[in-house]
Amino acid sequence: MKRNIILLCLVSLLFIGLYANKIITVKGSDTMVILAQRWAEVYMKKNKNVVIQVTGGGSGTGISALINGTTDICNSSRPIKKEEKIKLKEKYGTTGVEIKVAIDGLSIYVNQKNPVNELTLDQVKDIYTGKINNWKEVGGKDAQIIRYSRENNSGTYVYFKDEVLKGEDFDRRTQYLPGTAAVVNAVAKDINGIGYGGAAYGVGIKELKIKKDAKSPAYAPTVENIKKGLYPISRFLYMYLRKKPEGEIKKFIDWILSEEGQKVVKEVGYFPIR
Amino acid sequence: MKDTHQNELLRKKLYLSDRIAKFVVTSIAVISFVSIALIFLFVLREAFPIFGYTPEVESYSDQELEMESYGEEHIGIEKDEQKASVNNNQVQQSSSEEEKLKLQSIWENIFSTTWDPVSNNPRYGIIPLVVGSLKVTLIAIIIAAPIAILAALFTSTFAPKWAKEILKPAIEILAGFPSVVIGFFALVILASFLQNVFGYQYRLNAFVGGVALSLAVIPIIYTVTEDALSAIPRSYIEASYALGAEKWQTALYVVLPAAAPGIFAAVLLGIGRAFGETMIVLMSTGNAPILSASLIDPVRTMSATIGAEMAEVIFGELHYNVLFLLGSILFLFSFTVNAIAEFYVKNKLLRRIGGTK
Repeated sequence: MKRNIILLCLVSLLFIGLYANKIITVKGSDTMVILAQRWAEVYMKKNKNVVIQVTGGGSGTGISALINGTTDICNSSRPIKKEEKIKLKEKYGTTGVEIKVAIDGLSIYVNQKNPVNELTLDQVKDIYTGKINNWKEVGGKDAQIIRYSRENNSGTYVYFKDEVLKGEDFDRRTQYLPGTAAVVNAVAKDINGIGYGGAAYGVGIKELKIKKDAKSPAYAPTVENIKKGLYPISRFLYMYLRKKPEGEIKKFIDWILSEEGQKVVKEVGYFPIR
Repeated sequence: MKDTHQNELLRKKLYLSDRIAKFVVTSIAVISFVSIALIFLFVLREAFPIFGYTPEVESYSDQELEMESYGEEHIGIEKDEQKASVNNNQVQQSSSEEEKLKLQSIWENIFSTTWDPVSNNPRYGIIPLVVGSLKVTLIAIIIAAPIAILAALFTSTFAPKWAKEILKPAIEILAGFPSVVIGFFALVILASFLQNVFGYQYRLNAFVGGVALSLAVIPIIYTVTEDALSAIPRSYIEASYALGAEKWQTALYVVLPAAAPGIFAAVLLGIGRAFGETMIVLMSTGNAPILSASLIDPVRTMSATIGAEMAEVIFGELHYNVLFLLGSILFLFSFTVNAIAEFYVKNKLLRRIGGTK
């Protein structure tokens, strides 16, 4: 009896092996791991003959994997860099394909006890580049600002640097922590701390409202504000391929861009591309 | 004559199994040695391109590298175009500065004091990182060494047998603690506690990192010191008692000095561990590449830099090479420290205790 069961298992495994031989690997951005996993789960439930493997590691890791040929699809929370494009072109002779799959809002958070509720984009920039050093300069109490940032291996860091700091360098006193969770934790524990990252619902922090400039109204990073383009710090999330998608990969990507795939985006907490 | 004959017989009997065993053991030893050598060669090789580095000439225009798009018919693309024009303006503004920096030689860059590798003009100054590593290691050893040595002295000379049987394994278990757990503990609890006690400004800093690191270093120093103290010949201690010395006098003036080379080796091993430890410092030091003498500023260590940045770099790029340069420095440092601990100190210890050698 027991032997029969084992035999049955082996045979069924064999069949699974025969039929599920279309494996798609997806690698890259840690920000997008949960999203990509949900996509894979839902898609695999509907298409039993496809196996989708999702791993994180950071946007740069994913792009390296794409260049080295160890992944089919690369997730990235930042646009691909020029050096990376050159590598891709030299290796495959193609320029690669860029697909925007979702939109993400970047929140600026401070400690819950901090009286500051809103900042302008310029103020955020000046804080992180070291021009503003004291909370009292932006309407808070008299205390030095302690800056927290993601490590420079994250797409979030690169995005923040490009879009908020306009390419300028971070102040040297900025502290770099691994992962959004660590940043949230540090800000929750540090009354004078400021941090940034994806939408976070940690205890002890609050998300600031952001003004585009001194005259415009402040908007909180909510779904409506980001969708309407009112909240000023939002970014695209990308998928990169070496060449135009074909076969199963094309089906998968078409599905992601379909209404059904974009519904998953909303469920996970990001914002659909359309 | 008889002896050799017997040996011959025995050898024949065990010939095959002996040879197999010998072969297996030898090859395992060779494999481990070769793989360490290969790792070192690999690390050095990846760092090597720095020596022949010349700033790359851009060989492709932006248009040539324009990516194909897919499924974009539905999205408004105006936003993107705006961004592109903004980016172009920036590039023009900063290009004169960039050129100035490119004239700087690569070694000037590496021995500068700014670490900012992901930037429009990347700077790879490793000085703050080296100083950061030294700072954290120093703090960890200053805290860990006295505690560990005194604890070892206590268990080897003063503690009753039952206490020793509990204490020794208990401290050694601490060595098996995953460093990420210690790091998390430091990040969440220790940092707040120390900030409340000392009231300094930065919650995460070199001091917190050093204290957390000492938790990982104590068991190593303790274990090796304990072994060194237990290796002191009984005759030394008895001679001291015979001269009328008290127990504490014996421990302090006889046992401790006799074991000094072993304790020195223990501290060196502790330094090696502290210098290379990654996860604890990555989580608890704040990782800001500041060059300062203050022990309560955040620091960025070499190991944490490699740990944080290696996953992201473009393979074969200068940043990648510089990270491997850091790896080589770490490797050489640990290698030297461990080698001193192993060879020099062991010889000295043997000579001292063995007496006649």
